[in-house]
Amino acid sequence: MAEITYREALNQALREELDHDERVFIMGEEVGYFGGAFKVTDGLLATFGEKRVRDTPISELTIVGAGVGAAMGGLKPIVELMTINFGLLAFDQIVNSAAKIHYMFGGNAKVPMVIRAPQGAGHQLGAQHSQSLEAYFLHCPGLRVVIPATPADAKGLLKSCVRQDDPVMFLEHESLYGVKGEVPDGEHFVPLGQANVMREGKDVTLISYSKCVYDAIAAAEALENEGIDAEVIDLRTLNPLDIGTVVESVKKTARAIMVYEGWRTGGAGAEIAAQIYEAAFDHLDAPVERVATLDTPMPYNARLERAALPSAAQIVQAAERLM
Amino acid sequence: MALEREKHIAERALLTMDDVQIIDLYRRMVLIRRFEEKTAEMYSRGKITGFCHLYAGEEAVAVGAIAALYDKDYVVSTYREHGHCLAKGAAPRAVMAELFGKATGISRGHGGSMHLFDANLRFMGGYAIVGGGLPIAAGLGLAVKYREEPEVVCCFFGDGALPQGAFHESLNLASLWKLPVVFICENNFYGMGTMVQNAICQEELYRFAEPYKMPGVRVDGMNVLEVYQATVEAAARAREGDGPSLIEAVTYRFRGHSMSDPAEYRSRREERIWQERDPIKQLRRKLLQDRRADENQLTTVETEVNAIIEDAVRFAEESPEPALDTLGKLVYVEDDGTAQS
Repeated sequence: MAEITYREALNQALREELDHDERVFIMGEEVGYFGGAFKVTDGLLATFGEKRVRDTPISELTIVGAGVGAAMGGLKPIVELMTINFGLLAFDQIVNSAAKIHYMFGGNAKVPMVIRAPQGAGHQLGAQHSQSLEAYFLHCPGLRVVIPATPADAKGLLKSCVRQDDPVMFLEHESLYGVKGEVPDGEHFVPLGQANVMREGKDVTLISYSKCVYDAIAAAEALENEGIDAEVIDLRTLNPLDIGTVVESVKKTARAIMVYEGWRTGGAGAEIAAQIYEAAFDHLDAPVERVATLDTPMPYNARLERAALPSAAQIVQAAERLM
Repeated sequence: MALEREKHIAERALLTMDDVQIIDLYRRMVLIRRFEEKTAEMYSRGKITGFCHLYAGEEAVAVGAIAALYDKDYVVSTYREHGHCLAKGAAPRAVMAELFGKATGISRGHGGSMHLFDANLRFMGGYAIVGGGLPIAAGLGLAVKYREEPEVVCCFFGDGALPQGAFHESLNLASLWKLPVVFICENNFYGMGTMVQNAICQEELYRFAEPYKMPGVRVDGMNVLEVYQATVEAAARAREGDGPSLIEAVTYRFRGHSMSDPAEYRSRREERIWQERDPIKQLRRKLLQDRRADENQLTTVETEVNAIIEDAVRFAEESPEPALDTLGKLVYVEDDGTAQS
């Protein structure tokens, strides 16, 4: 067990999987000589060579489409989209090809591909570079949506994704790359579809994923001073979704707050809230709250950006409303 | 000018083939034509529904190109893919059953006319987004090259795909990485109802090869031997590691864009001119004229094909519908027990 960053944990997972299976290769913009726009693939080219760590032209649609074809041809591509914002150019191949092929060809084809993409706001990058788009992919059957918050999960989930056979949207948060945490050395797998109860509590459940997990934990600590005992759940994967752990918690606390960085409207939190109502309506003492990003394109101005994004303070206020 | 050059190609192709091979080309083309005629009939009787794009008139392209490939070579296609799938060797029964939406269909009734697939035949699917197959073909080419295997990927698409970004991105990537892909553009002059000259600034579509630094040729897509010979050359180049090629096969669909399109944007005169150039009639005349086959042999082929198509329809009719409890399955590999990592 070593304390390493989220970025290093991802790099370790990639290195191990490249080493483990000859069919695994990486391709994307700047993944080779540049070492990745966020340095996640740093050093991999030197070890594995140009065949397995492939710099591509700026052609997102075709990078992903070629990943689909390579996967159908028996390889296990890990495709990096420089950020999820650029991934919208590949939306056709993600949704119309990757997600559909196994089903529409009657189960006779599969697309074992992992699409890694950083996302999220917080660096004053403006409207086109600050989005969290997990809900778009959650909406589409056929795609796994994996969204780690901690370095250990970043490694363990990425390795699990590479070892399974369905197309995965693996969404990393740009603000988490420097976050440190204990990560098991060597073979470490976190199964898809198992939420992690980060903190136990009895008064309110904060349900989150990715960077917002840290806001939820900060809020839980603040709430403790007010005598409110919050439980924090990190979903880790949105598809498959571990709704069982969520419902069990809500039955205990009778109050739930969805905390996520996607836009409030139509976000993952809306779907999970609906599932909570379906499974635990009679257990709730209050409506499910959503703390999410304001329904606006992201402004450049730092003060406006901070105000648009979910925060620990907003979570605390939401919890107070619920009590 | 390009067509002038290609005139000799057909003769050359003819010389390289024995009589059995040549009659087999004829058989495959007749099979596709009869299949499509029967499909139209079944569609009008309500047995086949959904979108259905017929290949009648374009048979020489699929048959000529695929005859130039080895069995292990890959084919990627579009939503007008009955012809490519049959030419690659799919059983007419399995394809017809798919059009009927039956459990015995080649895609278990999940795909329909636009999504045929057979991994064993390396028919890698029909894709119903214009241009959608090109990046996938590049990726298959990458897989072949990655494993240092000798296969080639043959990617069919229509003239409608040329203005798509996917076309330009895929040609660039395939050329940049020298991927073993033969891009075959079936130029039938209309993207749905829009004429090529109203959609693409360069009407000589094979010229798009030049900026992407690959050979580009235009062939008579109504002449199976020309398509065959051009594909032989492009596939050999790909197999030798010299990268992709672009073939523009000039052809014509005898019917509308889909079953619901009466093709009112085309003149009946134009249709008649092209029907006189029917690729099947042309090959038939050529075979008889060159004494490569006699009338009796060709009639026998036609009779046999008719029986195969009748059998396919009977099979499709009698096959069961997919069970309702299969709904929701096959969405994820991990859920249906076929995972193997």
